[in-house]
Amino acid sequence: MQKGFISTLINGTNFDHRELSALQKMVLRAVVMSFLFFGLLAIEGMIMRLVVTPSINPLPDMFNHPSHYFSIMTVHPIVGIFGSTYQLVFAAFMFLVPYLTKKPLYSVKLGNIVWILITVGTALAWIAAFIWHYAPLYTLYWPLPADTKQFQTIGGIVFIVGVALIMLGTLGFIYNIYATIFARVGIHKNKTTKELLISGFGIDGMLNLWHKITGKPPYSKEPALALPVVAIFRGTVDTFLDAIVILAAGILVLVYLLADAGGLSWDVHAVDSLLYKNFFWWGLDLVADGLVLIYVAGSWYLLATIITGQKLFMENVARAALMLELLVSWMVWSHHLLADQPQPEMMKLVSGEMVTAFELLTQGLALFITLVTLWRARPLKMTPQLAYLLGGLVGFGLAVPAAIIQADMGMNRVLHNTQWISFAHFHIALIVGLYMTLYSALYVLWPMVTNNTTMWSKKLTWTHFWLYLIGGVGMGAFAGMGGLHGMLRRHLYLNGEFNTYMVLAAIFGTMVLVAWALFLLNVVMSVGIKGLIGIFLPARDKSASYGIEEN
Amino acid sequence: MTFATSVELLKFHTVAYTIYALLIISVIAWFAYNLTRKEKAKTAVRIPFYGYIAFLVAGGVGHHIFTYNAIPWVSQDIMRHEIKPDYVFDIKVHDHKWKFPQLPMKVEAGKKVLFNVSTDDLTYGFGLFRQDGTLVTQMQVIPHHKNDLLWTFNECGKFNVYPTEYSGPAEYDEKGKDLMFVKDAFEVTGCDEKSAKR
Repeated sequence: MQKGFISTLINGTNFDHRELSALQKMVLRAVVMSFLFFGLLAIEGMIMRLVVTPSINPLPDMFNHPSHYFSIMTVHPIVGIFGSTYQLVFAAFMFLVPYLTKKPLYSVKLGNIVWILITVGTALAWIAAFIWHYAPLYTLYWPLPADTKQFQTIGGIVFIVGVALIMLGTLGFIYNIYATIFARVGIHKNKTTKELLISGFGIDGMLNLWHKITGKPPYSKEPALALPVVAIFRGTVDTFLDAIVILAAGILVLVYLLADAGGLSWDVHAVDSLLYKNFFWWGLDLVADGLVLIYVAGSWYLLATIITGQKLFMENVARAALMLELLVSWMVWSHHLLADQPQPEMMKLVSGEMVTAFELLTQGLALFITLVTLWRARPLKMTPQLAYLLGGLVGFGLAVPAAIIQADMGMNRVLHNTQWISFAHFHIALIVGLYMTLYSALYVLWPMVTNNTTMWSKKLTWTHFWLYLIGGVGMGAFAGMGGLHGMLRRHLYLNGEFNTYMVLAAIFGTMVLVAWALFLLNVVMSVGIKGLIGIFLPARDKSASYGIEEN
Repeated sequence: MTFATSVELLKFHTVAYTIYALLIISVIAWFAYNLTRKEKAKTAVRIPFYGYIAFLVAGGVGHHIFTYNAIPWVSQDIMRHEIKPDYVFDIKVHDHKWKFPQLPMKVEAGKKVLFNVSTDDLTYGFGLFRQDGTLVTQMQVIPHHKNDLLWTFNECGKFNVYPTEYSGPAEYDEKGKDLMFVKDAFEVTGCDEKSAKR
């Protein structure tokens, strides 16, 4: 007999949290926090859209205040990138690495510490902006974050401590992943660290290609690590470097703020702003052009193979391309400094333009390999997993060329810091490209992580898909057009200067927000409120693996 | 093909990118449709792998070659240290306030103008905008560094100055008015009537 709405809301469909292992619960806790932060992110985004659309803005006047507006703009990416995306990706990878390597996760306890640190860190950063209006934006251009004439010292300290906690959580994730990959147990019992390293960096894929060209037998018929694990391995290198850079920048800001709190007035210009900008962008860009692209390519490969049940097309090329992507990601940061005239021209040309253009090649290759893998397995059933994966491909298919176009000295002069890069590139890359890939992964992992819990409504799943896809692309397109007409991304417009574009962007943005609410409803109805609370209770089954017997 | 102003360039860019966007969405949609069909899809064109890679490389590299040749300010920017400007404007910015040598700064169309913008406190942006809000040109202004932008104006009119980089909420007053916005800060003359009205 079909259960009533209230009964399902309380008890879920067939979800039983008591049957979940410690690993499954850890993953689900992070997923819950991730989607709560996503909601906050979407609400913040809508507030900002409405503020610059005075003709339809129903919000109280306090939201128009510059301090308030830029506080929201400061925490919006912190909540989105770290609170939501990092949590979701880290949780998925802490489940996938044990699953794919058939080994237990190094430490579930550490996994729990990771999501707690990121959640608390994100909350602190948000509080710093909400209470003290600390608003140097995520770019932290020196010496703005240490400008105590504009910001209260306490706000800065709380913000930096929050970001530092996020980075410590990130380091915890990295340790957990590498400790699991390098653990010589199970199928890796007889592997050496060298073999695992060679495979992790994709060198076996390159050697396989070389041996094929020279007519030798393959270097390795069965690489030590599965391709998605290789992507996780390599993306995590960038995650580590990025965490170190952000932590270092955070320490610098903190030192100045603490000195100010202690009554000392240190010269902020002892730190060169351009050098700092290069250092900071080198690290920050490892998120955008490093780990995101590498993780996404790896996720596409994994999803394509799981959905089709077939081997990946051109696997050795894919392995080698992931190595190339890692090297490229270390050398592209200068495209963020094309409008900086003191930046050496050679760095603009080589790093900012030429090496950056390689991303078209590496991401285009990943798109090609994924599509061909799917094509060779047709006919396929159009499941939510497949639909979201294709949505993710559309997102990056749109967003990557949008950025490559701007990573050009001619175009950058008229597009830098406009809403073009903000919306046509990274909002579409994140909202459509990355999140639709993550939704695909979520629908693939859902039966494994929840012990085959039935989704409450298929209709809601598909409604979410279409609203999200159309809303994400539409918002990116119209706000991006505002950028082409001169709308700056870090500017407060209160006179309706770009009203038409912003109204349209707000309409499509609302679709994204509604899509999120429907998705959340579907998940809550599937696991039930009891189940949702149960996820956070200790697990009876302490196992740290999925699908294998632990000894 | 040469683009004399950012308006011309961005019009071309809008058309080209819109066509591309519709194309990539259509290709994936076509792909999705045919993935689920039992009958073999009839492909209009068969793109070989190496042809696809060559296309990507050509797109990545050719894009820069195209803009270098079609956008006049690229080579001028790279070679600006060796070009003698017709006008030089030394502009200072401190504590969210501009200090211009004169207002409006007047020049003739087609002449080379060098903007030297310096600051000793925060990172700012220097941008020139048309009356309709579209962007003419811009640069970042880094403290204690030489921020020089060489520009040839191929259009006439009065242009406003906006900071193109965020430098903290002190840029605005309590009601959100941008205190660094300077209307008609720059004027270019010497064109025909049609372009002067833009």
